[in-house]
Amino acid sequence: MKKDKPSRLSYLTSGIIKENPILILMIGLCPTLATTVSARDGLGMGLAASFVLISSNVVISAVRKLVPDSVRIPIFIVIISTFVTIIDYLMQAYQPGLYRVLGVFVPLIVVNCIILGRAEAFASKHGIVDSFLDGLGKSIGFTLVLFIMGALRELFGNGTIFGQPALPSFYRATPMLFALLPPGAFFLIGILKALVNKTALSGGKKK
Amino acid sequence: MSNNNTPAHPSLLVTASPHIRSVVDVNKLMWAVVIALLPAMGGAIYFFGIRALILLLLSIASSLLFDALGQLIFGRRLNITDGSAVITGILLALNLPPGVPLWIPVIGAAFAMIVVKQFFGGLGHNFINPALGARAFLVVSWPNYMTASWLAPQGGSISGLPEAALKLGTDAITSATPLNILKQGSKILLPSSDPELFYSYLQSWNVLKKLLFGNVGGCIGETSALLLLIGAIFLILLRVIDWRIPLSYLLTVALLVVILPGNKAGIVNYTLFHLLSGGLILGAFFMATDYVTSPLTGKGRVIFGIGCGVLTTLIRLWGGYPEGVSYSILLMNVATPLIDRLTPTRVFGTRRGK
Repeated sequence: MKKDKPSRLSYLTSGIIKENPILILMIGLCPTLATTVSARDGLGMGLAASFVLISSNVVISAVRKLVPDSVRIPIFIVIISTFVTIIDYLMQAYQPGLYRVLGVFVPLIVVNCIILGRAEAFASKHGIVDSFLDGLGKSIGFTLVLFIMGALRELFGNGTIFGQPALPSFYRATPMLFALLPPGAFFLIGILKALVNKTALSGGKKK
Repeated sequence: MSNNNTPAHPSLLVTASPHIRSVVDVNKLMWAVVIALLPAMGGAIYFFGIRALILLLLSIASSLLFDALGQLIFGRRLNITDGSAVITGILLALNLPPGVPLWIPVIGAAFAMIVVKQFFGGLGHNFINPALGARAFLVVSWPNYMTASWLAPQGGSISGLPEAALKLGTDAITSATPLNILKQGSKILLPSSDPELFYSYLQSWNVLKKLLFGNVGGCIGETSALLLLIGAIFLILLRVIDWRIPLSYLLTVALLVVILPGNKAGIVNYTLFHLLSGGLILGAFFMATDYVTSPLTGKGRVIFGIGCGVLTTLIRLWGGYPEGVSYSILLMNVATPLIDRLTPTRVFGTRRGK
């Protein structure tokens, strides 16, 4: 990697593969394993967390010079929970079905390590535009993994994608329930992690 | 430099240790296990007919195929003649109910070989027993096929119960295996019938004899305790498997079922019923003793066997499944690295104790 100051674009792109929150940083695994039983749920959870991550990154970056160091964590949490409350009510009003499925995992976004982690490690030290790009990049990486996991688990565990039949009816009659159950989530995230290690990271190691 | 390269007399060659090698190697051990499983395979084919043979052959062939495929994908040396894939294939098939669809062993073999074995590094690196991992995967994925596809064996019935006992239960009793009947308890009995009389039938010498010889319902390779024991004694005499794991496993189960409450019709009969039914003999001798996934030291193996025994008994008596052998072995497989850490061997030359 480059030694000089990273370009603004790299804040955006690094979150997608190179610093992917789930597959490389290995944080935010709890919602990843618990909510990805279908493509819709994975995507919904990813977008909800993305909204909170981007907004809180921007606001925390904007107030970073006003916040005394000793109370920064409580203040970050208050800002984050404000946005979580907004998305919680919005989802309850406009996506009640999704809200019922995600349940407790929407309020739990408050304690998602990705969001507090980016606030602490990035937004409290960088400008608004940089923090926005960083939040957007990490959000894309997070949502992408959740969507891929949700889609694959729904495809194998139910034979559908977004509720639409995707595999032949003989498969849908006796689908592989394993994929929908917790062990399936653990095996799948292990496989995705192995694939990323093999493809994205091994290139860097060979240098 | 070039002077040193002249070939020396063989006895003067200096090589890295080990200098003394055992004549036993992986291939011989693996094929010994295959030979020890021959009686059980023969029994499976005798009791469940051509269907058991097809399941066995499909399972072995697909295990070999997926093992080779996994080795190719991961760029490992292609080696399927060491017998390990054959054993996994046999054990997987022996752990299947006779009535499963024929694609079940193929999918199971793919999971065992590619996910459990090759993903984690191939032979010697699997973190759980591949055949049992595949069985757990199949039970979770297709519970209807894996827990209800029982067929009546040659010269017997699924429940193994005499006519008089069948009259005491509902219709469901004829399609349940002995362990399943014990698990369901009063739910499967007619309200008017006397449970004590029924349990004395269930644990009668007549049923125990069937459990010993194998003409009851169950997975194709687990019904005949006798045929499995013949193979197990062969392996113990050849020192292919260690007696500590099966002995501590079976003794723990026997002790616990004596102590803990249950529907007992005589202590001896009840204990023998637990020891002979289900997959306990198959699991204790052939799957808990897998080298890769069991502890290295004697003390560790005893702990491993006791752990398997405790978990099996608890699942059988109070768990959600009628049989707990496969899950208990899988859980202890995962605990094996911890057991190995707790029971290190004394380094040669150091003092005993602390």
